[in-house]
Amino acid sequence: MELQITWFVLWGVLWAVYFMLDGFVLGMGILHNVIARTDGEKRVLINAVGPVWDGNEVWLLTAGGATFAAFPTTYAMMFSYLYTALLLLLFALIVRGVAFEFRGKEESQTWKKSWDVAIQVSSFLPALLFGVAFGNIFAGLPMDASGYHGSLLSLLNPYGILTGVLFVLLFIVHGSLYLSIKTVGDLSVRAKGIADKTWPSLLVVAVVFLAYTKFATKLYDNYLGTPVLFIVPLLAVAALLATRVFSAKGSNLGAFACSCATVLMVVATGVTGLFPNLIPSSIDPAYSLTIFNSSSSPYTLKLMTIVAFIFVPIVIAYKIWVYRIFRAPVTEEEVLGDKHAY
Amino acid sequence: MDVLSLSRLQFAATTMFHFIFVPLTLGLSVLTAYMETRYVRTGDETYLKMTKFWGKLFLINFALGVVTGITQEFQFGMNWAEYSKYVGDIFGAPLAIEATVAFFLESVFIGVWIFGWNKVSKTFHAVAIWLVAIGTNLSALWILLANGWMQKPVGYVLRNGRAQMVDFAAVVTNPYAIIKFFHTVTSGYVVAAFFVAGISAWHLLRKNEVAFFTRSFRIGATFGLVSSLLVFLSGDFHAVEIAKVQPTKFAAMEAVWETKKGVGMNLLLLPDAKNECNALERLCIPNLVSLLAFHTPDAEIKGLKDFPKELRPPVMETFISFRLMAGLGTFITLVALAGTILSRMKNLENRTLFLRVVLLSLPLPYLAAQLGWIVAELGRQPWIVYGVLKTSQGVSQSVVGGQVLGSLVGFSLLYGFLGAVDIYLLVKYAKKGPDNDLSGIINTVTVRGA
Repeated sequence: MELQITWFVLWGVLWAVYFMLDGFVLGMGILHNVIARTDGEKRVLINAVGPVWDGNEVWLLTAGGATFAAFPTTYAMMFSYLYTALLLLLFALIVRGVAFEFRGKEESQTWKKSWDVAIQVSSFLPALLFGVAFGNIFAGLPMDASGYHGSLLSLLNPYGILTGVLFVLLFIVHGSLYLSIKTVGDLSVRAKGIADKTWPSLLVVAVVFLAYTKFATKLYDNYLGTPVLFIVPLLAVAALLATRVFSAKGSNLGAFACSCATVLMVVATGVTGLFPNLIPSSIDPAYSLTIFNSSSSPYTLKLMTIVAFIFVPIVIAYKIWVYRIFRAPVTEEEVLGDKHAY
Repeated sequence: MDVLSLSRLQFAATTMFHFIFVPLTLGLSVLTAYMETRYVRTGDETYLKMTKFWGKLFLINFALGVVTGITQEFQFGMNWAEYSKYVGDIFGAPLAIEATVAFFLESVFIGVWIFGWNKVSKTFHAVAIWLVAIGTNLSALWILLANGWMQKPVGYVLRNGRAQMVDFAAVVTNPYAIIKFFHTVTSGYVVAAFFVAGISAWHLLRKNEVAFFTRSFRIGATFGLVSSLLVFLSGDFHAVEIAKVQPTKFAAMEAVWETKKGVGMNLLLLPDAKNECNALERLCIPNLVSLLAFHTPDAEIKGLKDFPKELRPPVMETFISFRLMAGLGTFITLVALAGTILSRMKNLENRTLFLRVVLLSLPLPYLAAQLGWIVAELGRQPWIVYGVLKTSQGVSQSVVGGQVLGSLVGFSLLYGFLGAVDIYLLVKYAKKGPDNDLSGIINTVTVRGA
């Protein structure tokens, strides 16, 4: 039982870290066409995530792999029930990855602009779809003994869409703050401007989301049962407010750190409310997929715990090291002089 | 077509597409790392130019290999939910370990390698590409341990209506998987070797950068010879393992219908699956099949007729794929041998006929690798986990035909387009040749940013 809880926590952590890290890459992709005015500026923005995006995306594969290994039944049901939504997500992630690599490989403006559109669409779509998917997971999927009774359209219910919008706005703020610290001069000012302009909408959507969650989901049951847990959503709200405070004070780095915390705590808020469910059933809780009825055997969970506790710290250590290597802001001069850059 | 056929077709198509890019990544990462190491050791700028030229092609190919890999992880759940539920306890672990141990290594350090030319020391830059190569090959190890388990399930018990892991050590030391790993990665090295030798031959035929491409050719051909011999060696062990644990696959590979001792190999053979016999058998080498299967000339081979029809794989397809693969392997090895010798003699650029042969051989290792997977996966049918779970039992229950048809069409269009663009870019940059302007890209910084 402890193992299942350990893996539930790890599961939540993997998703939270994935959204924190890929969130700013997705945000960059949604925004680079908007913030940049010239091709040189676009390249600066793409190269600002260049060295790290691939490693960030692996957190998704690890979250997926961990779901498979620790909670195989949930993995199987989640992926087959959400077939079409996940397919669209997959196509978007495929296009985004190759678009980064291909964009600079031809001089023609048509070529570059086409890939810019591709980057934009393939960044917006995952941000939205992840939100829609998690919104629906929070609310529960229509499943019972005879299987799943939903469709792609039924996922697009008001709460699902609201969560999708929340994710998109969250990543826009997160991504533009990242770009503000990774660029210099006017570009950095413009990036920060987007964050500041988007922040009020994010706040409004976040408040509506927290209120609507009371009606659309059972997430608050855990909080009402153990009120001390309210610290988690409170921290999320505090981090969101602090993002604006730091931004107003002119500390872009502080604002980005707070937006990282916001993403982490938003995911933590949802996951804490879910426990011990992984996917609740909206028809009857008896059919919910929980960490107890969908987990692997104790043997596998123990093995995976050992693997995670050895390798995840190693991964985090070398990732921090690599972020340090590339910590300096990216400049247009540097990008134009570097034949290896995107 | 039903959900099962469509799902199988989609899995086959996406996996084979994925495996166009993976073998080159496996081999070219190692070759690029070797070239950069030579540069760091000797300071010879030709090696630096080689690292950059082959490295650029490596990256164009790498991008598609990475993104099409995500599909594979998604598909087990999307299309094979019943399979995933049944075996997740044991099959999920190697996939999760692959991501944690190998993908991170590969994906983090590819970033360092692409963007770090002026940010890290020369030595560390070379270490970065080695870490990419190690990550890529480790990733292959874990995925083949997973696949090896589907071929020869070990270390599990059937409990609570599913397969549960009881012995992880047995899973990671599964001989079937380990041999398959060596067979697969070395075949990837051959793909990369012929990629390098073939493109070098194209330039040598045009007398472009003769010194540069002669040296590249020599590295490619030598690597190709060593690797293709290893493919043969591991293939031989692999066949023994298959004969032992997957008798139906082995019998289909060799088109053996009747159980008998001391089976010979007919060089000319045409199976007739309908009448359960061979329509043509000529030029028999006595006892060869028995020798290959059990390393003893009069060993008994179980014939297909000893198994119920519904437990046999498609014989014709398995047999032809295996024959073609083996034939191509032999030809490839001979070309690599000739290339290894001729590239050490003078005036390689004047051996136009031979260079043309090498150029035309470039796709052959790719083809052989694809055929190998057809033998491995089609030959395992009707099982998804050999002897434990049928493919028909593994398919998702909640997915309908229209969804899979839609995704199959989507994959075909998207993969077709991206594949075409990727090949276009590979050809473009391969033809362009090395960049001789090393200004601003020679690594001058010792350690910065640390």
